[in-house]
Amino acid sequence: MSALALQLEQTNWLFASWTLAPVLLLAATALAVLAIDSIDPDSRSNSILAGTSAVGTLAALGVTVWYLVAGTGQTDAGGAISLFSGAIVVDGMSLFFTAIFASVALLVIVASYDYLADDENPAAFYSLLLFATTAMALMASSNSLATVFISLEMASLPSYALVAYLKDNRGSVEGGLKYFLIGAVSSAVLAFGISLVYGATGTLLLSEIAEEITNVDDLSGILGVGILMIAGGFAFKIASVPFHFWAPEAYEGAPAPVSAFLSSASKAAGFVVAFRVFAEAFVPAMEIAIDWALLFGILAVATMTLGNFAAATQENVKRMLAYSSIGHAGYGLIGLAAISAGATDANAAVMGAAMAHLLVYGFMNTGAFLFIAMVEYWGVGRTFDDYAGLSQKAPMACVAMAVFMFSLAGLPVFGGFFSKYFLFAGAINAGFWWLAAVGAITSALSLYYYSRVVKALWIEEPNGNLDALDTKPTGLYAAVIVAAVMTILLLPGFGPVIETAEAAAAAVFA
Amino acid sequence: MIIEALLAFTFAAALLVFAVPNKYAAKLAFGLSLVPIAGSLYMWWAFESGGNALTGGDIAFETAVPWLEIAGYELQWFVGLDGISLPLVVLTTFLSALAIVSAWTPIQSRQSQFYGLMLLMEANLIGVFVALDFFLWFIFWEAVLVPMYFLIGVWGGPRRKYAAIKFFVYTNIASLVMFIGFMMLVFSLPVDSFGLPEITQSLAAGELGDFYWLGAETLALVAFAAMFIGFAVKVPVFPVHTWLPDAHVEAPTPVSVMLAGVLLKMGTYALLRFNFTMLPEQASFFAIPIGIIAVISVIYGAMLALAQTDLKRIVAYSSVSSMGYVILGLIAFTEFGVGGATFQMVAHGLISGLMFMAVGVIYNSTHTRIVSDMSGLADRMPVAVWILVAGAFAYMGLPLMAGFAGEFFIFAGSFGSTVLPYAPVFTALAMFGIVIVAGYLLLAMQKTLFGPFRLETDYEIGRAPLHDIAPLVALLAAIILLGVAPSLFFDMILDATVPILELGGVDQ
Repeated sequence: MSALALQLEQTNWLFASWTLAPVLLLAATALAVLAIDSIDPDSRSNSILAGTSAVGTLAALGVTVWYLVAGTGQTDAGGAISLFSGAIVVDGMSLFFTAIFASVALLVIVASYDYLADDENPAAFYSLLLFATTAMALMASSNSLATVFISLEMASLPSYALVAYLKDNRGSVEGGLKYFLIGAVSSAVLAFGISLVYGATGTLLLSEIAEEITNVDDLSGILGVGILMIAGGFAFKIASVPFHFWAPEAYEGAPAPVSAFLSSASKAAGFVVAFRVFAEAFVPAMEIAIDWALLFGILAVATMTLGNFAAATQENVKRMLAYSSIGHAGYGLIGLAAISAGATDANAAVMGAAMAHLLVYGFMNTGAFLFIAMVEYWGVGRTFDDYAGLSQKAPMACVAMAVFMFSLAGLPVFGGFFSKYFLFAGAINAGFWWLAAVGAITSALSLYYYSRVVKALWIEEPNGNLDALDTKPTGLYAAVIVAAVMTILLLPGFGPVIETAEAAAAAVFA
Repeated sequence: MIIEALLAFTFAAALLVFAVPNKYAAKLAFGLSLVPIAGSLYMWWAFESGGNALTGGDIAFETAVPWLEIAGYELQWFVGLDGISLPLVVLTTFLSALAIVSAWTPIQSRQSQFYGLMLLMEANLIGVFVALDFFLWFIFWEAVLVPMYFLIGVWGGPRRKYAAIKFFVYTNIASLVMFIGFMMLVFSLPVDSFGLPEITQSLAAGELGDFYWLGAETLALVAFAAMFIGFAVKVPVFPVHTWLPDAHVEAPTPVSVMLAGVLLKMGTYALLRFNFTMLPEQASFFAIPIGIIAVISVIYGAMLALAQTDLKRIVAYSSVSSMGYVILGLIAFTEFGVGGATFQMVAHGLISGLMFMAVGVIYNSTHTRIVSDMSGLADRMPVAVWILVAGAFAYMGLPLMAGFAGEFFIFAGSFGSTVLPYAPVFTALAMFGIVIVAGYLLLAMQKTLFGPFRLETDYEIGRAPLHDIAPLVALLAAIILLGVAPSLFFDMILDATVPILELGGVDQ
């Protein structure tokens, strides 16, 4: 009997390691890029490096989607798979978010092939990007506050370097420095918060924290402060008010593919740890220590309002998108704000909707920033005036950009409509109609500034010389078109996405 | 499956045209647009009339496939036709093809994008009329706006940016109001899908519950008002018509044709499908205000047309007037009122299309639309002018033309209305509108077309090319055909509209 159990344990362990294959594939690809560069450091072969990165990321994406479809770690197939004494877990939520990270990384790598055509050392760029993606995939699987902190730092460090990648560009370096300083402070806050929670509960494992919270007695004040500080650390990562100051500078100064990566994947990574930590560990704390859902509700309202109003006043398109990205962090926060203790179904519905929104957002926002990368590649300028009339020379790319803009605004023609509708409907069903109202009003406002881009591209006459647009960067075009096609397909194909997301969220709450 | 094939073909055609070089786009788009005509005519031929799709009648060419689920509500790919939607689908395919031909002369830049967008709009318009699931319908409904925004904004006249933004903002806000109203209604019903037939029948069975603190009766009134406002902007009626003249004047001719011919019908179609089919009691509650709006639209629209000096603005304002008749027919809520209003949607689509095209043909030669800039054009371009005159008479309601049949049905129906109080007074006032229509059209004709030839712009006037005249002739033929034999459409329309009245509890 015991021998059989042991054997079962061993095969389980072997099987369970395979479920980390997407993370391992990403890490191996990053190391492979480094290895290629070490073996032949003088060749600087952009195409080999980009090809290796793309193939590896595509493999990781393929495996992730396969696991999602096959049901690995999900409720129907035996539930979450725990590894390393429960510090790492593979379940629907981790796979769902890994799919987002891998998709965004793939699009960014393909686009970077053109963006880095004249770069001195592309291997550094690709490996930093892949290490960050690996760490994000690990964030999605973190089931203990220790792994949460480590993986979050692992994701942040390459990101700082990526923002400051254009060493000779003042905006890039300034953005990187600002990002690093605020990131360092918020890491400290997060670590302090974790230590307070550990002090109150005596454990770092999320599932055990949930059990211990009911026994904290007079340490509930310490627990509350700890939770507040952890929330602050996550708010930095998702660029939510009041920790958003780094975002406009970093997104504007960074190379546009990096902005795409940070504003889509890195934001989603912040959300996945926040979702898992708060849903799994801190739900019982709502009644004992701190009503963190209300806290996130206030942050969501402030972030939606500030992001959208600030975006409406920008003249620089990239900066406008940076603020719109802050606004979308506010929509994502609804997934944490519309949570109430005990209402598992409603909680899962609204968090699942937020997850689905992050997936759709991963495509439409990455695509929008990659379009900016294309404009930077052409070198025609940064403001709305400079974008005037680009459609006359590059109609396909401008169609794609119109798709992204209308989808981000939530016009009922593309994927962004359903994800917002589910989010707001979920919030109303959970009784948080005021969140839905602020969301609906701000997204009606957002149509104003998003349509300004479309108007500039399509309706205005060109101001300057557009001869630069005669060069057609293949990789950038491919990435932008694929992102647009996905944004369109996510309207008819939204069903499987929302079902997977809701099931994954329900499993975390259960 | 024929509906799916029709939609798929039109979408594919739009993509194909978008991708080909400019010089082939015009001819290719026209060739491809003939296929949807054939498809819609086949459906008309194979159609067996069997009541109203929403109230439980037969749904022709029906497909219902589950799509996804929102909080316990099922969304479906649910399409089908009945006697109300089929004539409008035929109108859409017919008018789209003709509008594409009428674009050959005026559209001289970025042709592949222009024709691609025209076909994309056609596909979405067909979708609006065939969709029987609310979300599916709403997506098509909004998807029509996007190509329209570009068509006005890119190829329009001098103030195109202002006109395009105004159109986009107006109609999007209207959609939002309507969407919220309809959602409140559905969330208070014990239904498990967004299928329009299910919602209609549940409402008819009196199953509407409370919405939070709103009682069922108040909720129904609020929802009716929200949806009416949302659709009224699209129709448009007084006082939300102000986007229309700007959009029309700035839009190029073929886009005006689609705007007046089909897009306005989306509004009246939705009013009939949603407000008057689903909430007939609330419609009778609001009968007097709606009747007043209808009559003001008729008279005020005609008066505004009388005051214009731009030929295109005259035709644009007269659309406001004509749509007033449709609203009057709907609110009369009698067999001939509702049936006539539906018939008038098709008739007005053809007639206003003809008028805009004829004005466009004249503008192509003269490069002016200002009435005082020209006179005596009949000497120089006889064919175009005589077709314009024929169109004007159709507008005035000359017997044996489609306009007469539509307006006659409406007035016959609204005179004896039991739902609308003081129906004879409203009808008499609206009929007075015809006199003004005749007044401004004849005045404009007389000034521009007859008398000694004079033209302020220095353009050489030649005869209009054949491809400018051919769509005019085709439209005129269709108008006369429907005027002589209205039963081609009117029988199926009555079949589909009478059940609405029965559901609303009106004895015939």
